[in-house]
Amino acid sequence: MLRYILARLITFVPTFVGVTLISFAFIRVLPGDPIIVMAGERGMTQERYDELVQRFGFDQPLYLQFWDYLTGVVQGDLGRSFITNRPVWDEFFTLFPATLELSICAIIFATLIGLPAGVIAAVYRGKFFDRALMSTALVGYSMPIFWWALLLIIVFSGNLGWTPVSGRMSLMYFFDDVTGFMLIDSLLSGQAGAFTSAVQHLILPTIVLGTIPLAVIARQTRSAMLEVLSEDYIRTARAKGLRPARVNGLHALRNAMIPVVTVIGLSVGTLLAGAILTETIFSWPGIGKWMVDSIFRRDYPVVQGGLLLIALMVMIVNLTVDLLYGLINPKIRKR
Amino acid sequence: MKIRHILAPGIALALFAGTAGAQTLVYCSEGSPEGFDPALYTAGTTFDASSHTVYNQLVEFVTGTTEVVPGLAESWEVSEDGTSYTFTLRPGVQFHSNDQFTPTRELNADDVIFTFERQMDAENPYHEYAGSWEYFNSMSMPDLIETIEKVDDMTVRFNLSRPEAPFIANLAMDFASIMSKEYADAMVEAGTPEALNQRPIGTGPFQFVDYQTDAVIRYAANENYWEEGLPKVENLVFAITPDASVRYQRLQAGECHVMPYPNPADVAAMQENPDIEVLEQEGLNVGYLAYNTQMEPFDNPRVRQALNMAIDKQAIIDVVFQGSGQIAKNPIPPTMWSYNEAVEDDPYDPEQARQILEEEGVTDLAMNIWAMPVQRPYNPNARRMAELIQEDFSEIGVDVDIVSYEWGEYLERSSDVDRDGAVLLGWTGDNGDPDNFLAVLLSCDAVGGANRAQWCHEPFDELVMEAKTLPTQEERAALYEEAQVVFKEQAPWATIAHSVVFMPVRPEVEGYKVHPLGGHIFDEVSLSQ
Repeated sequence: MLRYILARLITFVPTFVGVTLISFAFIRVLPGDPIIVMAGERGMTQERYDELVQRFGFDQPLYLQFWDYLTGVVQGDLGRSFITNRPVWDEFFTLFPATLELSICAIIFATLIGLPAGVIAAVYRGKFFDRALMSTALVGYSMPIFWWALLLIIVFSGNLGWTPVSGRMSLMYFFDDVTGFMLIDSLLSGQAGAFTSAVQHLILPTIVLGTIPLAVIARQTRSAMLEVLSEDYIRTARAKGLRPARVNGLHALRNAMIPVVTVIGLSVGTLLAGAILTETIFSWPGIGKWMVDSIFRRDYPVVQGGLLLIALMVMIVNLTVDLLYGLINPKIRKR
Repeated sequence: MKIRHILAPGIALALFAGTAGAQTLVYCSEGSPEGFDPALYTAGTTFDASSHTVYNQLVEFVTGTTEVVPGLAESWEVSEDGTSYTFTLRPGVQFHSNDQFTPTRELNADDVIFTFERQMDAENPYHEYAGSWEYFNSMSMPDLIETIEKVDDMTVRFNLSRPEAPFIANLAMDFASIMSKEYADAMVEAGTPEALNQRPIGTGPFQFVDYQTDAVIRYAANENYWEEGLPKVENLVFAITPDASVRYQRLQAGECHVMPYPNPADVAAMQENPDIEVLEQEGLNVGYLAYNTQMEPFDNPRVRQALNMAIDKQAIIDVVFQGSGQIAKNPIPPTMWSYNEAVEDDPYDPEQARQILEEEGVTDLAMNIWAMPVQRPYNPNARRMAELIQEDFSEIGVDVDIVSYEWGEYLERSSDVDRDGAVLLGWTGDNGDPDNFLAVLLSCDAVGGANRAQWCHEPFDELVMEAKTLPTQEERAALYEEAQVVFKEQAPWATIAHSVVFMPVRPEVEGYKVHPLGGHIFDEVSLSQ
């Protein structure tokens, strides 16, 4: 197992360097000069422009700029935002807990519903439940997040008044961040009602962000289960007179889990992409909105640093998924 | 380090919560401030969160108008040659405090000098502490201000390199918000100069309490505020809500009291809604189409006029602004002093337009129209506007290609003297002074920069430059009115529209005034029970 982990970790290094280079190049390939964007409609004199070019180091050759960035990254310094002058690292970790909290809730929601739904659909293949479920999943998968979010807000917050419209916490409550996770901090604050408010604020964004992964997980579970259910050993298990619940739940599901776990792992990338829209609509102060604002402002250090950190998170999740394969399937671990 | 830890939670809570039943006004703002030092930035969102709440300026605009009145300066005198302005400061003005800083003295001349020196003096420890001083620079302050003198503790003199009548209005702008030198010094000593931009200390009606990045900004009323009776609410909260439809839902649900920038399509429904009152005011802005007057055939004023006559502006107001705009005939908006009512707009007359083009020998004209990639109050949908103009021009036989670039690229390329065709762009006033439109956008100095028509017309330029040097508003207005006549004859732009600003508020909100300069200001606002 240790060798397996080490081998996985070694592949991390070139990926990391590659991502650093791509994140550096990506924002520079985009047209638009950050200094011109900063000046807006009013423009600036050539003299002033030259002064700022020099201050931000844009007069250096690109390879030197990249070298400075890379050496900084290796030492854990991602630079400072052009706009706020705060370290990118600080900005990221101020906002990341909000994104992480929402993503975790969304993936739990998607798995808790998607997995059993996929199993049931496979077991009742071709029946009404299967068809209804798969059509619903298709709709969920193709639903524009923006529209879906507004629809839920209008119905549940506007018309029914069951959930708050947006934000992470009612404005009535005011306490200091300890972990950045509102569910935990609200409990730590000891303020009555704060936790309930945090949960209420999470409901709609969780549903919206979890919808696409839910559909994907349900479909993937169904097809993986169907494949496994047609295997000989399942027939053998049935022939031995095992209860269907045991056959489906233990023999079939465990073997169907590998592609499903892969999909759940890959969904993390989708979640981060979906978070951009979900966060904007629900005024959720996470990294999605922060990245989008920074791209529009051409805030190079934030965009390249943010991309690198997000990529790093996805890589860590994928590594964890790889390790999980080992747990689920001992054959992989021994290879 | 997190921005959140501004005050020890106990103090913050006590400051913020006040007494039971304290009035808290919630404003669903449209975005996050870039920081809290307004001189570093140019975005209105940042000004709302800083200069309009936490700070004051030497002179200030009366909310809802562009009239300038004394602020932190009680009075001022201008020398006869118009190059020296002496301000007498208001006595007894106190700065806010936080857990890291308690002021030991009241406002004095050192604070005023520090405010400007950090923007103009490269040696000042705050000159490069964050971002850059774009407004200060774009208002040509480094060339204009020669020195700032401390006459005595409560008197400051600005010596200018030339007479500049708009100077007083410039000092009412956000970049001129007065900072505490004592606080700045204390933060340098503590090794945290960036606190000036993250934990602001000012003299304004509201004291900064806390900022949760991208989520909520909290302010408490400044109990020692120098203007008696203000502010009227105990607490002010900015609930950051970037999406306009969601702001509308929050307003309806009572989660906030005031929201800016509604979707034009929602305004009609809001006006019908008994839980919402929609305030409105003409915006101090203009949207225009600027020809490149240095290139054929647009170097001919008759050709430009003919093209202007082909544009159906009413259709643009209906389709692009969905009614929330009015036709523009002058380059300055009608709410601005010196607006020339007597100027007549070019009639919408495609037939005559075609005839003029023929007379001028312009046939088979093909041109580019540039459509901005961003939404602005003066142009909510440039692409659509360009398509309408394309249709209008095709009726007079002019073939139009619509081009667009990424915003930074657009701004850069459209300033180029050799740029082709005509550019859609606009302007929102900074200080209510006509100079801020006419000189900034149309003077010879601005060619290759903000003058997108690349138009240098001496008779116009002389009028505008002379108006800068005259002492009274009356004398200046006469020249600006004349300049508008010259502008119309020469037609460097097709002036298209001035937007109308809508501000939906809850019915319990009292005393909110829509500010023509675009800011959202809450010191005079209260909530009825």
